[in-house]
Amino acid sequence: MSRDPSEPVIETRDLSKVFGRFTAVDRVSFSIRRGEIFGFLGPNGAGKSTTIRMLCGLLSSSSGTAQVNGHDINREPELIREAIGYMSQKFSLYRDLTVAENIAFFGGIYGLQGARLRDRTATVMTLAGLTGQENHLTGTLSGALQQRLALGCAILHEPPILFLDEPTSGVDPVSRREFWDLIRGLSARGITILVTTHFMDEAEFCDRLGFINAGRLIALDTPARIKTTTGSATLEAAFIKLAT
Amino acid sequence: MKRFFAILKKEFRQIRRDPLSLGLLVFVPAMLLSLYGYALSFDVKHIRIAVLDDDQTPESRSLQDSLFQNPYFDRIATITSPREGAGLLDHGRVRAVLAIPRGYARSLARGEAVNLQVLVDASDANTATTTIGYFDALSDRINRRVRFAALTHAGVTPALQGVVLEPRIWFNPELSSAKFLVPGLIGLLLMLSAVVATSLSIVREKERETMEQIMVSPIRPRELILGKLLPYVLICLVTMSMVLLLGYFLFGVTIRGSFLLLGLTTLLFLFAALGMGVLISTVTRTQQMAFQVAVLASMLPAIILSGFIFPIQNMPVAIQGITYLIIPRYFVEAIRGIILKNASFIDIWPQLLGLLILGLLFNLLATGRTRKTA
Ligand SMILES: Nc1ncnc2c1ncn2[C@@H]1O[C@H](COP(=O)(O)OP(=O)(O)O)[C@@H](O)[C@H]1O
Ligand SMILES: [Mg+2]
Repeated sequence: MSRDPSEPVIETRDLSKVFGRFTAVDRVSFSIRRGEIFGFLGPNGAGKSTTIRMLCGLLSSSSGTAQVNGHDINREPELIREAIGYMSQKFSLYRDLTVAENIAFFGGIYGLQGARLRDRTATVMTLAGLTGQENHLTGTLSGALQQRLALGCAILHEPPILFLDEPTSGVDPVSRREFWDLIRGLSARGITILVTTHFMDEAEFCDRLGFINAGRLIALDTPARIKTTTGSATLEAAFIKLAT
Repeated sequence: MKRFFAILKKEFRQIRRDPLSLGLLVFVPAMLLSLYGYALSFDVKHIRIAVLDDDQTPESRSLQDSLFQNPYFDRIATITSPREGAGLLDHGRVRAVLAIPRGYARSLARGEAVNLQVLVDASDANTATTTIGYFDALSDRINRRVRFAALTHAGVTPALQGVVLEPRIWFNPELSSAKFLVPGLIGLLLMLSAVVATSLSIVREKERETMEQIMVSPIRPRELILGKLLPYVLICLVTMSMVLLLGYFLFGVTIRGSFLLLGLTTLLFLFAALGMGVLISTVTRTQQMAFQVAVLASMLPAIILSGFIFPIQNMPVAIQGITYLIIPRYFVEAIRGIILKNASFIDIWPQLLGLLILGLLFNLLATGRTRKTA
């Protein structure tokens, strides 16, 4: 397996998804290096979730190719599953289970057990700031804590790649800020992160951005360079210029 | 294996935290069994009768005795005028009035025809027909006895008594329709709760999108399905025991056959029924839709095509062919055999084989359709 830091961990070439006669993702090509935080930015319905779902092996692609961790998404989806963590756009832990039970469950379906499971549980509890709330029902936690727990469950099995689909939607600004600190911490440990958002301020935290509009990638660069090449003061202004 | 146990444990935790659904799974079949058991019971017993005896002889009293000896008729009133009888019928106090005319004993002794009058309230046609049937049989018995007595009296010993039909009812000696119905009902109700419960439990995860979170993990479809089904196998076994106990206490249905064979049959049945539940969950998106499809797919064909109400051999051949795909067809026949006739493995192996084949079919289809990539 490749350990060369310059080699892309995620790479797509003309990746497309067609639903019936509607093209949700239109020939998208990009590559993400190890340890990078790659932000996928675009309005609702732009095709961000659809792209992520194809990369996670939840949805088959219509055309084009994509590799995740060196494995083709259509040919070796099972090998990809071992290597990725995924946090879906909708909160998808069990609200009727406690914090500890959710962690035990997601640890279990990734095959963790014994000392490793205990070890990872403790790490994740600390990281999510949930220590002491093991026996609280997940549904009774605040939105921000639920999101942290979801992130924790996605990284239980220490995946080198993390897909986060709008992880901060519906969370207050302070908690969003703290959540991004977590994300940057994970990235610093070499985890490659693909994160989608429609908050322009969050985009500034990303190493590189892909602007997506109506299924098409309309820009692909660092936040600073996107602003300078479009001559815009903010990313928001840049997006509007590029999209129109 | 680890992943299978993770699913299993989670499933049990969720079930435990939702006692209402669990209660529904166990008690709704029990409740429906009691309701339908009574409502569908075809037996007519304790028909309320008023008697107008204008003869008042030992013979007329012996006629009444033989009438009220059995549990089918209850004497509600002894009346003295036809008007009184009409009043009782009008008010629904009695279902029938038997009038024994003056001179009944005398006419019998002379060998003359006697007209016994029976007024029957036919507002419930089923009960009326049965009542008339009982009286027919009664008059036949009296006639036979009278003829026999007359011949003997005349010094002739009748060597031939003609054809006397003496039906021996096996397996269900009291001809109790409850006994026949209860095993059928058990099959239907268990089918309903098994299919509904499993399809809902899986579609719920799709609806809340927790399924997606499971699907991105390296879990295999069969680990997922087995882990989700096993708890429902146990719950359905509890439900089965509940309805069997009720069948015994309410309708006197005892299990003549082997418990082991009954258990094996039930397991094979659950294998097929739960597989069908999973299959339904793969073609529906919402719990509401899954519920409707599950009820329709489990109950409708089960009631119409399983032989529960309409005998399969009376159906058109094409329809008979379809019945081979109906899970309760095999289950109902097998448990009826075990419960009523002490059927052995040899007697019901075709049914067991049917269940096994349908089970394999549904489960293979279901696992095949549970692809991880949409
Ligand atoms: N399963 C599907 N069938 C048909 N259309 C879909 C399906 N999933 C998504 N879409 C459509 O594809 C487009 C992109 O959706 P999505 O990727 O969820 O956008 P985003 O995540 O950027 O908001 C939307 O117009 C959406 O309605
Ligand atoms: Mg989305």
